[in-house]
Amino acid sequence: MNPAQNTAGIYTADRKVLARNSLKDSFARYLTKSAAVLVLLLLGGVIFALIEGSLPAIKQYGFGFITTERWNPVTEIFGAKAPIYGTVVTSLIAMLIAVPVGIGIAVFITELCPRWLKQPISTAIELLAGIPSIIYGIWGLFILAPLLQRYIQPALIATFEGVPVLEGLFSGPPYGIGILTAGLILSIMVLPFITSITRDVFETVPPMLKESAYGLGCTTWEVVRHVVLPYTRTGVIGGMMLGLGRALGETMAVTFVIGNAHKIGSSLLAPGTTISASIANEFTEADGELYTSSLIALGLILFVITFIVLAAARLMLLRLDKKAGK
Amino acid sequence: MSATQTSSRYKRRKVYHYLAMALAFIATGMGLLALAWILGTLLWKGFGSLSWDVFSQMTPPPGESGGLLNAIYGSLVQTILATLVGTPIGIAAGTYMAEYGRNTKLTTTVRFINDILLSAPSIVVGLFVYEIMVAPMGHFSAWAGVAALSILILPVVVRTTEDMLLLVPDSLREAASALGAPRYLVIRKVCYGAAKAGLMTGVLLAVARISGETAPLLFTSLNNQFWSTDMNAPMANLPVVIFQFALSPYPDWQKLAWVGALIITLTVLTLNILARTLISTRKQQN
Repeated sequence: MNPAQNTAGIYTADRKVLARNSLKDSFARYLTKSAAVLVLLLLGGVIFALIEGSLPAIKQYGFGFITTERWNPVTEIFGAKAPIYGTVVTSLIAMLIAVPVGIGIAVFITELCPRWLKQPISTAIELLAGIPSIIYGIWGLFILAPLLQRYIQPALIATFEGVPVLEGLFSGPPYGIGILTAGLILSIMVLPFITSITRDVFETVPPMLKESAYGLGCTTWEVVRHVVLPYTRTGVIGGMMLGLGRALGETMAVTFVIGNAHKIGSSLLAPGTTISASIANEFTEADGELYTSSLIALGLILFVITFIVLAAARLMLLRLDKKAGK
Repeated sequence: MSATQTSSRYKRRKVYHYLAMALAFIATGMGLLALAWILGTLLWKGFGSLSWDVFSQMTPPPGESGGLLNAIYGSLVQTILATLVGTPIGIAAGTYMAEYGRNTKLTTTVRFINDILLSAPSIVVGLFVYEIMVAPMGHFSAWAGVAALSILILPVVVRTTEDMLLLVPDSLREAASALGAPRYLVIRKVCYGAAKAGLMTGVLLAVARISGETAPLLFTSLNNQFWSTDMNAPMANLPVVIFQFALSPYPDWQKLAWVGALIITLTVLTLNILARTLISTRKQQN
């Protein structure tokens, strides 16, 4: 065999390997690409399926669906006002509690806490996010609700008696379960999300900025209030919105403690319902196309609301990332 | 400015400072208290009713004692199958975003949508699977439950895969390419190798996320009081059993609900902690 033939043989063998490799490579590229496209299709599919499923209800009620409070499976009159109200109010209560507490914990972790305690406390708070929502539900129903019923709610009713506005919010018999209890449980559930994002964005503040303020004689509180918070505003709001998105869609924990009443009570102690709790409770029992379709329409409303909130949160956090030069 | 004014302002600032710090301290205390209280209750109530029967008996009819064997089996099977379906798709999508399609428009869009799916209400996913599987087939089935869970697992895996692959330094990729390795081999041998611990973490977190999911199973795999291995029939699972038993008026059922809650929580928290240690040992190595 002469040398020239030999190299030619290697040459063709190499080309075969190269051709095979590039074939495999484009196969891998398209395989992974189609997986990525599948994620998009999934979202499209969810929206499409929800719209399709809720068409009968939309045709029947139109926009009146959102403004009607009645929810009567027997006469087949369905309105989404009570669940929407419950969803919004429970989430607002949750945010009212979880936002200050979450920011407080973030301040504690970033500014006050000794270095060795940072990680354990962060981990402990994040473990709250790991606990499944059904556990919050069962805990809320058997532990928190009786406690509220026996001590806290009577105290609230007694304290606010005679105070305008607040008297109405805290009136009626203390059931234990209801809008307020659901809001409380939700606040514990969204706390870890708000805390971890707030802590992360607090840590993006350049130490130089903080130290200049300290150098001018600022107290820790003044540094947090006038340097850290203004610098991280977008991120903190993004974290809040993310928490809100969670609170709006939370299902099982709320289903346990909200009382499942399709009406809008003026009192926060009254039982109510949320969109997700109504679906969880009634879907398997719903008979008749209109009933099922109304519940799916509720799901569509929930999805649209959370989509808007979550998208806003992501856009805000993205903007922050860009600012940080990531 | 007189001396008294200055000192009173100084006092006021100090008061604000101590007040704010005390509030931050209390806030942390509240968070930790909530965790301790919930876990404490679970351990107390769960261990109180834990017995061998739980793992050897079926879920009982009302008023009788029994166990959770069929529910535990159902949860295991559905979780494992969902992981087997969701993980490869998620890793593939994440690989595209970090490797082949980095900085493309498709990747930016998928990342945005994926982040939204990550926190989307899980009950909506249940409705979706009901619409596309349960309604056309005419009956609830374990396969529908698997489908719902794999949809929930997907965004978690996509997110961590992309994040972890982006952490692999480009110089490694370039070194492998310079040796003549085709792209798919670079990804498989170099990138996956370097990001192994991170990818495992993603899968563990995803499994932790779905093992406690209840809402999407309510109207997909439903529940089954009896032992069933038929994937085309309704199948029992721990979360839905806990839901039904906890809301029932029977003390035996409520006890089993607490035991189930304990089992799920311990599983989920173990997975979470395992995932964390995987990440932190990796950080120490670097």
